[in-house]
Amino acid sequence: MTLRIYAIAYLIFLYAPILLLPLFAFNDATIIAFPLSGFTTEWFAELSNNKSLPRAIGNSVVIAVTTAILSTLLGICAARAGAMPRFPFKRSITGFVMLPLVLPEIIVAVSLLIVIRQVLGIGLSNWTIISAHVLICTPFCIAILNGAFQNLDPSMEEAALDLGETRWSAFRLVTLPLVMPGIISSMLIAFTISLDEFIIAFFLTGSNATLPVYIWGLLRFPGSLPVVMALGTILVGLSILLLTFAEIMRRRGIRRAGRKDTGGFL
Amino acid sequence: MKPLIQLNGVQKYYGDYHALRDINLTINEGEFFSLLGPSGCGKTTLLRTIAGFEDVSDGTVMISGQDMSGVPANLRPTNMVFQSYAIFPHLSVGENVAFGLRKLNWTKVEKSKAVEDALEMVGLAGFEKRAAHALSGGQRQRVALARALILKPKVLLLDEPLSALDKKMREQMQVELIRLQRNVGITFILVTHDQEEALVMSDRIAVMFEGEIGQLDDPETLYRRPNSRRVAEFIGKMNFLPTVVKSRGETITLDVAGLGACQISAEQAPGLSQGQAVGIRPETLAILFDGETTKGREVNATVDEVVYYGDMTYYDVRIKDVPEPLTIAMKNLIGRPVLDIGDPARIAWDERALVLL
Repeated sequence: MTLRIYAIAYLIFLYAPILLLPLFAFNDATIIAFPLSGFTTEWFAELSNNKSLPRAIGNSVVIAVTTAILSTLLGICAARAGAMPRFPFKRSITGFVMLPLVLPEIIVAVSLLIVIRQVLGIGLSNWTIISAHVLICTPFCIAILNGAFQNLDPSMEEAALDLGETRWSAFRLVTLPLVMPGIISSMLIAFTISLDEFIIAFFLTGSNATLPVYIWGLLRFPGSLPVVMALGTILVGLSILLLTFAEIMRRRGIRRAGRKDTGGFL
Repeated sequence: MKPLIQLNGVQKYYGDYHALRDINLTINEGEFFSLLGPSGCGKTTLLRTIAGFEDVSDGTVMISGQDMSGVPANLRPTNMVFQSYAIFPHLSVGENVAFGLRKLNWTKVEKSKAVEDALEMVGLAGFEKRAAHALSGGQRQRVALARALILKPKVLLLDEPLSALDKKMREQMQVELIRLQRNVGITFILVTHDQEEALVMSDRIAVMFEGEIGQLDDPETLYRRPNSRRVAEFIGKMNFLPTVVKSRGETITLDVAGLGACQISAEQAPGLSQGQAVGIRPETLAILFDGETTKGREVNATVDEVVYYGDMTYYDVRIKDVPEPLTIAMKNLIGRPVLDIGDPARIAWDERALVLL
């Protein structure tokens, strides 16, 4: 019984702030406070009239998608090498590759800014943010993909080799389809991390702000707070849709491979 | 018989670990050949060097007279049935079996005919559309066989293919594998740690210990005339009696503890130089009941332990001057009593069954 109360209290603590988002997004007042004063869609209308918001979203999506693809590609290479029985300096390489996971982001951001501006002398652009996001996302991708690759029976790829396929086609025809659920999870995680990452984007952003940087900018004007709420509502809705889609894909993958379902998001 | 596979001085090192020590071996066309040994003896490593999954550190692997060094697994005329079967779970049974045909320039009709034939050969006709993960252990094994045999390889390599099956299924598959091998006429190389499996299925068996071949012979010779104590102990059960060699020559005179003086032929004495014990199999000893007599020789003993198996009874008996009890296997024939612990027993034995090791 106590356990149940604890669980419910925990869920309220976890989700109540998120539930407030739609509440105030539809509230007819500029001040975020109870009691609610009436229903309006004004804030959503204001959002759609905003000119710089679509640009920020577009920026963020481009960065997040590119980051997801690049860091997952790097993650596949690392996880594949990690699953090989004999690979020179495997342990030390794995250790160094995973290190960015525990580095404080602010340190990464500052040092990258120095390297990019002072040492390399490159102008800030979406690419500078992408390269920094790949740096922080790759360890997460490797962690996810390691699981997928290490669950794989090494004889699978050997069987394909044995039946006349080259190393590359054996990987493409057998290994890749079998680790696909891991690849999709990895891309989703990298996409999500990149999409809401603030500190690095704040330091490295060029003329185009990403969405988190843009929202941070909005917060300086108290009047636009409900607009941020409206934007947040849309983002939460999209996240739930995305997660549901990912879970459906994952379950389908597991069913197709005939494996036992062990965990997942939902 | 034409030689198909020749291994000359094959060595394999993993770092400091010496996995294969100077393996010299010829395997003939159409032969059912087994590599038998305890786990870690190098038998799987040897199979994988033939398949091309492991490079040899030294020596050569020849298949049909061609040196295989530098030839990757996908270009060798070998196919393998893996211990885990490695059935591709994302493909159907038909797609699994057809996997090896991808590189061939066959028409769709030819390919599906080949798949049909291969599945029929292993007794899974009509299984093309089944999902691979919905199969039982025995069925997976058959799919793996069909997939490996569809390319009509010169050699089929089997890595402990029966170890994942239960006893009944295993015995059934042993018979089916022998029949299949006779039908297709392809050389089979089987890796197993199960001595019974190797004896049942093979034309010849190489027994391996610690990266070396201990003995290479047909099953009967291997069982009746093991060339060393470790081979004798690994294959079946054998009693050992301390022995002193009295004279050498055409016939060898021994003084065997408990049995006294006896004479054996030279071929019964592979361990003549260092021989300190003779071996004798439990089923070549017999307990004499009531009026029974023997053409061989006889010795008195006491029953020390009785293990009743239904069809057989295994007795441990003690003979005067022998430190360890001897095990005797007796068939439970009609009217034959089962003795009790402590009963006296007359033991019949024969010089022809002795091996000096």
